[in-house]
Amino acid sequence: MIRLTIDGKEVFVNEGATLLDAARKLNIRIPTLCYHPDQEVKANCRICMVEVEGRPGLVPACAFPAREGLKVKTSSPRVRQARWNILELIFAHHSKDCLQCSRNGNCELQTISQEMHFDRDLRYEQAQRGNGKDLSSPSITIDPSKCIACNRCIYACSEIQTVHALARGKRGFNTVISPSYGRKLSESPCVGCGQCVQACPVGALSVRDDRQKVWKMLDNEEKITVVQVAPAVRITIAEALGEDPGVVSTGRLVTALKRLGFARVFDTDFTADLTIMEEGTELIERLTNGGTLPMITSCSPGWIKFCETYYPDLLPHLSTCKSPQGMFGALIKEYFAPRLCKSPQDVFSVSVMPCTAKKFERARTELGRNGYLDIDAVLTVQELARMIDQAGIDFKALPESNFDAPFGLGSGAGEIFGATGGVMEAALRSVYEIVTGEELADIEFKDVRGFEGIKEATVQVGSIPVKVAVAHGLGNARKLMDQIREGKADYQFIEIMACPGGCIGGGGNPIKNWAKMEHRAKAVYDTDRKLPLRKSHQNQAVKRLYDEYLGQPGGHLSHELLHTHYTDRSDLLK
Amino acid sequence: MQEQSCQASVDMSRIAAIAARYKDEPDQLMRILLEIQSCCGNSIPREAATIISSITGIPEAKIWGYITFYAMFSDKPRGKHIIRMCKSAPCHIVGAQAVAQAIGDYLGIAPGQTTEDGMFTLEYCECIGMCDTAPAIMINDSAYSGLTPESAVDLIKSFQQGGAE
Amino acid sequence: MMQETRIALRFLGKYNPDSIEEFCALGGYEGLRKAVEMGQKNLIQEVSDASLWGYGGAAFPTGKKWSVVAATKGKQKYVVCDADEGEPGTNKDRVIMTGDPHSVLEGMAIAGFAVGADKGYIYLRYEYPQLFPVLEKAIDDARKAGYLGRNLFGSNFSFDVKVVSGGGAYVCGEETALLESIEGKRGEPRYKPPYPSEAGLFGCPTVINNVETLAIVPSIVLNGGNWYASIGIGHHHGTKVFTLSGNLVNRGVYEYPRGITLRQLIEDVGGGCPDGHRLLGVQTGGASGNIISVDMIDFPMDVEDCAAAGATFGTGDIMVFDDTQDVLEIVENLLEFFTHESCGKCTPCREGNTRLLQLIRKIRRGDGTMEDLDTLQDLCQTMKDCSLCGLGQASPTPVLSTLRNFRNAYLNRIERGGKE
Repeated sequence: MIRLTIDGKEVFVNEGATLLDAARKLNIRIPTLCYHPDQEVKANCRICMVEVEGRPGLVPACAFPAREGLKVKTSSPRVRQARWNILELIFAHHSKDCLQCSRNGNCELQTISQEMHFDRDLRYEQAQRGNGKDLSSPSITIDPSKCIACNRCIYACSEIQTVHALARGKRGFNTVISPSYGRKLSESPCVGCGQCVQACPVGALSVRDDRQKVWKMLDNEEKITVVQVAPAVRITIAEALGEDPGVVSTGRLVTALKRLGFARVFDTDFTADLTIMEEGTELIERLTNGGTLPMITSCSPGWIKFCETYYPDLLPHLSTCKSPQGMFGALIKEYFAPRLCKSPQDVFSVSVMPCTAKKFERARTELGRNGYLDIDAVLTVQELARMIDQAGIDFKALPESNFDAPFGLGSGAGEIFGATGGVMEAALRSVYEIVTGEELADIEFKDVRGFEGIKEATVQVGSIPVKVAVAHGLGNARKLMDQIREGKADYQFIEIMACPGGCIGGGGNPIKNWAKMEHRAKAVYDTDRKLPLRKSHQNQAVKRLYDEYLGQPGGHLSHELLHTHYTDRSDLLK
Repeated sequence: MQEQSCQASVDMSRIAAIAARYKDEPDQLMRILLEIQSCCGNSIPREAATIISSITGIPEAKIWGYITFYAMFSDKPRGKHIIRMCKSAPCHIVGAQAVAQAIGDYLGIAPGQTTEDGMFTLEYCECIGMCDTAPAIMINDSAYSGLTPESAVDLIKSFQQGGAE
Repeated sequence: MMQETRIALRFLGKYNPDSIEEFCALGGYEGLRKAVEMGQKNLIQEVSDASLWGYGGAAFPTGKKWSVVAATKGKQKYVVCDADEGEPGTNKDRVIMTGDPHSVLEGMAIAGFAVGADKGYIYLRYEYPQLFPVLEKAIDDARKAGYLGRNLFGSNFSFDVKVVSGGGAYVCGEETALLESIEGKRGEPRYKPPYPSEAGLFGCPTVINNVETLAIVPSIVLNGGNWYASIGIGHHHGTKVFTLSGNLVNRGVYEYPRGITLRQLIEDVGGGCPDGHRLLGVQTGGASGNIISVDMIDFPMDVEDCAAAGATFGTGDIMVFDDTQDVLEIVENLLEFFTHESCGKCTPCREGNTRLLQLIRKIRRGDGTMEDLDTLQDLCQTMKDCSLCGLGQASPTPVLSTLRNFRNAYLNRIERGGKE
């Protein structure tokens, strides 16, 4: 243990702790901006400077190691002066339209400004960076005038996700965060995962906001506006509205959506179960008939675009199943609309997702037919929370309601799609029982749960040993894909989620860190455990759909509506 | 004054051959990129960066971040000869401004611009280490110091006549 | 003119850099041979006794630096020669490398032996392209002659050197930015700790020395640490290569014992201002050095004396300006330099230099106020206190020193609305 003194108070910390860690132990608050608990220390914003006795300058608390006997001051006149001056330098180039900013009330710069009570007139001319907003991407908006050059987004995009869509360009005062050669985000290899948005401390990177499109249709009496809600949304929407991470609010969420005016509120857990039926069938088919292995899941649109861009040669490994959102979209337009005697165009199909990349997926022409698209708008959790707020709904006080038939029933297997390893576990629960005809003794596959980057397990399915792997975060996906490319991967089935932690870590959720993610993941598995139905193939509503409409899993109509194909996008690198 | 396009003459196979020498040796990146730039119209256009990226495995975003950090690179086309006029204090004190003015007036361009014939790009640069014989400029890879406005213009003329290279 | 004492410049003009034979005939590489014979411990002791300091500007004791790296465990260690001489007003390293590349290589090999490194890098600034072939030929010749390569002098010590290029970024003179640059990245300084001695180039223990420092090392090995330490004037130790620039009759690169006064350098060596002009002030130590007025130049040139006199030892740059100059124009010029060269990583330097420049321009325009002077002072203090590396910590120095030493220049502009 190291003993040091901060503001006259003694504190003991472990080797490796920083001054920031030590101060937090004493409940002394030090402002930070470039510091992110899940990233490497950058020490570039210099807002956390503190005074250490015997040192000429100030030191950054986020990086300076705690050492035996240090005497630290965190609120000396020199520290206060320095912090105000640095905040002022940031303000002088930051567009301060806080009242209209997507991060209003949830901005780290705003928070530290409140804590530091900076109130003097700026002494410098206002200067703004960049050439205005980049609205080219359906998923993410860049506003360079708000960027504080902290590099957190670059770390997320380059180091964690290895997407390399964003570059740190130029130098000095002209430093910019932008795709290479000043291009638009839509022309870059960006996959829309939104991890940069999750990393940004301010509003420089934000979720593309499609609320207006949805409000307009909710107000349009000629349209039937229906909505599907992804598994992770019920885990994170309450958090987005100010409740604790991990508060599950399925029933309240349905009520809120009905109050907003949606004619039907459907559960994407339903098509998650449907996905398992289709994907499980496809896996069994590939295993028994010599198809391309390992087969890789296709639920995560950020991952799909990543594969199309960086690994087009490995596209045959992808399951041809559409994502649960995509399957749902087709069912709404082709199955649900006719049942109401409506044309597909009269039904406005909205999905609420934890995912920014779903906004790109929506616009794929493969996900539609006859000149219309299956999904008309995608809202992220963040946007839905804003709509609930905007409508004056007190989310906390809402009563609970149930999802609507015919797509209102989902299993626990569908529910765990929200966490990394969930699709794999759901698939194993069903594939095992379908192939062997036996009931699983223990349906919880703990080896594929948790936040380890790449997880492995081998499951004996009848006579076939199935070796599986699960990767989350595209940096981990890249490792597996390189193994496959080199012929070194002996897996049969792989689950890949673009976002670290899976969908509950998606870019459209409230701003996350791993500590919050632990709560969210626990909520996912708790929800599964409480559900009476925990296996996709036992979902009676799914069975009925096959009986009444689709026929067999993997059958002709299934292929037409529920499966898709992929496009080589390596041109984005050329 | 126009942004001269030199891309027509860029030989992509030559770029690929130079980039292929990289072989995961990051300490060689600078010299490889400098060499590519010299056969690429004194710039590294995006077409070149994508080739470099595909051969070396270095993401294009990193290449662009790299070349826009170092002053000797350009991501936009430049002229055949690059005139870098030192504006650091030791040159400034002994008349660098008059030299720069004379060169600019003679070529009819301002710093940052390229002559219409694509021969010269004029740039300001920081200290080129000729302080004890300032004022100094660099033309391509050679330094010239002890300049007066007149001798500087004569120097440019010798380049125009192809006498100096 | 006073007689020079040439140690770093010992062989300047005495051999053809193309000829390793001529270098050896002068006793070249004998220092390396002796170093290998005397052993690591004795070698570091000699360099420590010499009171040799880093001459790239930071003035860290070389012996101490070497002993830390020598004591650090690591399978791979590196010696890096900082030849990124970007400091305006300094071109001594160019002169040394042009005239005597082999002494630099010899110094590097000795450093390699001292710390247990077998690889060396010369990080040569882009602006010295003519030196690439010179250095590479010297390396090649040294390899062929058995002074670089495997098992030197029959010992188990091996050492080889590679030259890498800079790309035109002043900040790469900062040691960790330089390492980043060698590693093929943007030259943005790293947060320290860890220091390069523990985790430097490619994460390995690394010693980084300036060209001048390394060029002196062979002489110290041959003649002893006490010999070099005894050279200085009075209680000062050793020599320093000074670059004299600006409004002087005899501009140039000169090596004198430490302890020579600034006045001697300006008047006796530099020959004073040309054309009968009066000396107005001097900037010492480089672009981020203090600017002092004509009445402040009677002090010995060494690190502590410079600090006591409100000047800067730095790289040994002496930039003189006469009474035809506008000191605020010089400050503006220096701030343009720092604004252009700030890497942009940390807030105070990225934003601060631009704001200092804007304020100086405002004052020069005649729009300045007394409050602007307070702002300058205040911002400079924060940049010094909070910047990540030496660039942002030192770039306020010209502003702070002129606010102190040339305050009237500022007041006149503010009071007279911009007119001199």
